Amino acid sequence: MPEAVLNLLLIPLIKIVVLLGVVLLIVAYLTYAERKILAYMQVRLGPNRVGPKGWLQPIADGLKLFVKEDLIPGGAERFVFLLAPGLIMVPALLMFAVIPFGEPFKVGGRTITPYLADVNIAILLLLGISSIGVFGIILGGWSSNSKFSLMGGLRSAAQMISYEIPMGFAVVSVLMMAGTLSLVGIVEAQRQAHIWFVLPGILAFGIYWICGVAETNRNPFDLPEAEAELVAGFHTEYSGMKFALFFLAEYANMMVISALATVMFFGGWLPPFPNLLAGLWASPVLAWIPGVVWFAAKMGFFLFCYIWFRGTFPRYRFDQLMAVGWKWLLPLSLANVMLVGVLMLWWKG
Amino acid sequence: MSMHDPLKPLFDVEEMEISFGPQHPATHGVLRVQIKLDGERIMEAKPIIGYLHRGTEKLFETMAFPACIPHTDRMDYVTSATNNQGFCVAMEKLLGLTIPPRAAYIRMILAELQRLASHLVWLATHAIDIGAITPFFYTFRERDAILDLFEEYCGARLTLNTMRIGGVPFELPEGWLDRCSAFIEAFPKHIEEYETLLTENRIWKKRTIGIGVIPAEEAIEMGMTGPPLRGSGVEWDIRKVFPYDRYDEIEFDIPTGKNCDTYDRYLVRMEEMRQSVRIIRQCIEKIPDGPIMAKAPKVLRAKEGMVYASVESPKGELGYFIVATEKGTTPYRCRVRPPSFVNLQALPQLVEGALVADLVAVIGTLDIVLGEIDR
Repeated sequence: MPEAVLNLLLIPLIKIVVLLGVVLLIVAYLTYAERKILAYMQVRLGPNRVGPKGWLQPIADGLKLFVKEDLIPGGAERFVFLLAPGLIMVPALLMFAVIPFGEPFKVGGRTITPYLADVNIAILLLLGISSIGVFGIILGGWSSNSKFSLMGGLRSAAQMISYEIPMGFAVVSVLMMAGTLSLVGIVEAQRQAHIWFVLPGILAFGIYWICGVAETNRNPFDLPEAEAELVAGFHTEYSGMKFALFFLAEYANMMVISALATVMFFGGWLPPFPNLLAGLWASPVLAWIPGVVWFAAKMGFFLFCYIWFRGTFPRYRFDQLMAVGWKWLLPLSLANVMLVGVLMLWWKG
Repeated sequence: MSMHDPLKPLFDVEEMEISFGPQHPATHGVLRVQIKLDGERIMEAKPIIGYLHRGTEKLFETMAFPACIPHTDRMDYVTSATNNQGFCVAMEKLLGLTIPPRAAYIRMILAELQRLASHLVWLATHAIDIGAITPFFYTFRERDAILDLFEEYCGARLTLNTMRIGGVPFELPEGWLDRCSAFIEAFPKHIEEYETLLTENRIWKKRTIGIGVIPAEEAIEMGMTGPPLRGSGVEWDIRKVFPYDRYDEIEFDIPTGKNCDTYDRYLVRMEEMRQSVRIIRQCIEKIPDGPIMAKAPKVLRAKEGMVYASVESPKGELGYFIVATEKGTTPYRCRVRPPSFVNLQALPQLVEGALVADLVAVIGTLDIVLGEIDR
């Protein structure tokens, strides 16, 4: 009996606590990293006052937002207005449940998996959950009773829905190569295929990454919160902790997109060229590097790309954004599915 | 059951009215634009001004001529040296004063540095409105160097009050010309730096090419001047057509655009910066020794008459129309022709039928300063 309690209750509980803690910590320090990296790109210093080199800045920011007065605008639809931040934050965190961060390891004769669940429909689950986030944005924009918020919400809904389709097709080509919907299975398939899926699926990766940036409303697709036009878009009227939830959700979503790019195209926790360089990775020094480190390094690179884009690109106009999505990415992603299918047929004879 | 008339929309469709400003991140100061939107499309845009009205023109009537100069600083606060220059040029025409050549050259150096500073602010805000945040910090780094030069010369960084009727108030500090020269020689590299971020950027081109088109004839009818007019292909620059100070002794080109759109106006201003560098370089080479003030009485008394003189401010033709009474020590009336005010007229026409995002791009490309529009 205690065995079952341990397996079904205690270990998952510890995992959840660790996962939530780590994710929220990374999100907090991602804002710090963004400010620092942007600062160095823009010949300035960034936060450097709170703590050594500004290390405590995210904590100070969090405290500030937490103790701030919680305003609800007079004309707002109270219930929906309160619901919206939760509707966007919960799915953002929920998605981390199925992301495999590393390979299973043994502690005291017990195998521990560094992920909460290996669901056999993980990809479908993720696509489903991520589309719930749109509700948070559109309801938040609508319930604020502000024209700028409403326009931001509408833009966002249109944008996320239209970019989900090519993204879905990009994912489909990965599924075809892996033959499974499970994320752990996809990584294992890459180990067996002796190759990261980014090489045969370079086109799919390009489409996935563009759509991923658009899905998270980041520059150059940050129209829903285009500050020059819509002040702050859908969260114009939010303040305090509710604003913080929108903010955290955005960064959590960035992490999910980066993590998925790592899992689906860059071999998850596998080191580069797992089989070709197998001798090198088995050497006594490098064998000590746990898979989680490889995973974090790859994910970190994608997160850096997000910040890099923000420092470099201007913003698309709304109709141009739609044109890119429907006229370019969608046909391209369909063609890619076709291409991958033909390649696989040819490969397997 | 009757069929639905296919020509009538299923729902009642209303235009959304939005008041864009006066407190809005993209309206450059306190401009308010009332727009009627059909979805994202602008059906009508109406600029509403007056939020920064300080009655400067009326104030001029109560002040002795030299005391007006600090007030000109506060009209287009991004280019205060050019404002000073315009007023002084008009006053000198009224009083019949000729300024010494050294003073004229100092004025031209200051005015061109100010043009660079103003164009840098324009580039920074224009780019940030279109979503590129990084050029802002690069341009402000160089603008700061220019302001340092100003500070060394006259003690102020923004509202310079750096010219006098009949010349300039201060001799150049020792080594100032060398420092100015060092800055000028380094500057073209910085322009290239900005251009690597924007000029060939696909998104930047998509956002600016074909946006806010105004053909040359219409631009002239509107009375537009400065880069917006030159962007439409009209070679019109007060420095060339009615030279003041010593611009007739300096060689420079007037860059013009072809497609009359936001992108061409961007290219025109970038080229203007290079031309300003060229002008300053020549000024530093040619600057003669001599006095810096014309011989003028302590208390300036005008003869009865009126005068109009204009200078090429970074935004366009900045004109002063001054009416004076016999032996008067104050202007009887001083009317300013601010380039931003006239250029802003074109806004409704430029954005009609465009999208909201274009409104922001067009406000940026007109390069308006509300201090000058409202006075």
